[in-house]
Amino acid sequence: MDLASQLLQYLFAGITAGSIYAIIALGFTVVYNCTEVINFAQGEFVMLGAMVAAWSIITLHLPLPIAFLLAVAVTSVVGIGLGCVVIPPLKRASVVTLIIITIGGSILFRGLAMLILGQDALPMPQFSEGSVMVANAVIMPQSLWILGVGLACVVLLRLFYDKTMVGRAMRATACSKEGALTVGININRMVVISFALAGAIGAVAGVIVAPISLASFDMGTMLGLKGFCAAIFGGLGNFGGGILAGLMLGIIESFGAGYISSQYKDAIAFVLLLGILFFRPQGVLSGRKRE
Amino acid sequence: MSARESPASPTSEALAQVEKGHLDRRVLGLSRPTWPFVLALAVAMAILPFCFNNTYYITVLIFIGINTITAVGLNLLMGYAGQVSLGHAAFVGLGAYTSAILSTKLGLPLWATIPAAVALTSLIAYLVGMPTLRLQGHYLAMATLGFGIIAYIVFKQWDLVTSGTSGIVDVPPLSPFGRTYAETPRLFDLQTYYIVWAAACLLLVLSANIVDSRVGRAFRAVHGSEVAASTLGVNVSGFKIQVFVLSAAYAALAGCLYAHYVKFVNPEPFRFTFSIELVVMVVIGGMASVWGAVVGAGTITILSELLRSVGDYDVIAFGVILMVIMTFMPQGLTRAASDLLQAILRGRRNR
Repeated sequence: MDLASQLLQYLFAGITAGSIYAIIALGFTVVYNCTEVINFAQGEFVMLGAMVAAWSIITLHLPLPIAFLLAVAVTSVVGIGLGCVVIPPLKRASVVTLIIITIGGSILFRGLAMLILGQDALPMPQFSEGSVMVANAVIMPQSLWILGVGLACVVLLRLFYDKTMVGRAMRATACSKEGALTVGININRMVVISFALAGAIGAVAGVIVAPISLASFDMGTMLGLKGFCAAIFGGLGNFGGGILAGLMLGIIESFGAGYISSQYKDAIAFVLLLGILFFRPQGVLSGRKRE
Repeated sequence: MSARESPASPTSEALAQVEKGHLDRRVLGLSRPTWPFVLALAVAMAILPFCFNNTYYITVLIFIGINTITAVGLNLLMGYAGQVSLGHAAFVGLGAYTSAILSTKLGLPLWATIPAAVALTSLIAYLVGMPTLRLQGHYLAMATLGFGIIAYIVFKQWDLVTSGTSGIVDVPPLSPFGRTYAETPRLFDLQTYYIVWAAACLLLVLSANIVDSRVGRAFRAVHGSEVAASTLGVNVSGFKIQVFVLSAAYAALAGCLYAHYVKFVNPEPFRFTFSIELVVMVVIGGMASVWGAVVGAGTITILSELLRSVGDYDVIAFGVILMVIMTFMPQGLTRAASDLLQAILRGRRNR
């Protein structure tokens, strides 16, 4: 394989992984904007989406689209549950307390998935067969699906925030809680909706990544943490920043694994995280300082 | 005016005022009369091994002691500096690995490797903490999370030094009295037991004294309000870095004790999940009560031993316990118990 096609191959792999990180970062951002809580259970939403979809295809023999919807529905319900748990302490508790509650949630979800859906990694069929060649580099059709679905997620989220009443109410809540309250927005409802939305977004990421990575109960931690890195790089709470940062992270990781060391591939995101926190804590892609 | 009263500078007086005005004195929980408690704990722990014939219980008690040491340090960080570390397992691991590597590969004696391990870990903690602790907000949590995962990957992948996933074997045991495991397993366990619990009790006293000192008052002022504390002349970021480095040093010591007790070091115990478990210990015991660390370390270590029989499902219980405690008694079990006790006493007095 010549250098150009190798470069291209790494780029494709990076964009594929990066799209997943970007979608996970969106989930972090949705909750952070509404509640200022860093939801450490976001990675488990991804895992739940993947596990539920793979499990229902294998054991219930559901067709893919229905399994997809089922996974999103189940995870959204789990998200609503977590949202309801977070609401009472949200008013008085410190950030540390809230972070620990979401960590407790993530441990619980992981345990339940292991108990109910099993400890084995479940395979998931590709969305479509075949492969596409571009200049001697192979593109898996699943990569195209990931890109397409990721793009659809972003567009739908944008439409939701711009066009629907609930979406606008959520943006108002993100701007100012007091302001939102004075115009009659039910903040608690917004918190629950943000968690449901984060669950749905996480599940989508899980279902589309499962054909590549397999679905297992412990896949969520690493994916969640990397999505979290992307959200920080983009400047917490910044949607566009999170998406760009996710893509960049995927590409850097892919080239790092290819040219520097594949053993330390998983460390790259966290080395970048430390670097960003030390030198530009407001995020690389965010002009304003949030905290 | 006696010599002891003279250092009461305006700052410390003002701090005392802040403390009285805004901070609950009961934050200290049970640590005010330190000596009776430490003595009671020391006596109880000294007698305890003779209550069982089973070496397994002694092993569990040793692990409780080791986890207590880490939890006390993390408790100072979370309860008094108001910062959370999601990577403390890395500091335990750094301590364990440094001492194990120095003693096996370079053949250095333990009285040199353990201080070296603690010093190296403290230095690394300083380098990780310094840039992030200058900032407001919870950047330390994120930095420690990233650092913890990097450390785990390095333990696992740096074959040349850490022996990778197969781990370091034949780590020399802690045997100041020349007992080795092969000769007398029970005596060996007992001597480790007493070393670990002596260290744990000493660190508890040290921590309780730090909390009651001027530095401790400053910690609590920082926790109450950073702005108020800094207007009173407290060097907020300086204090946070000190307590962070101190907590990493505690963790490193626990790691050394672990490495030389188990005589084997591999990356698995120092994963992200162990960092979370340590946070759970502090939370369950109660933040801002050094005694909570003993309760938390004891509860979690025993719980995970009991739940071992049901396989990996113990994590479900951890998750539920964590959420319930944080939602209903964010001050932890120790505080909940002392509140209950006070309520009962008050009720009796009123009657």
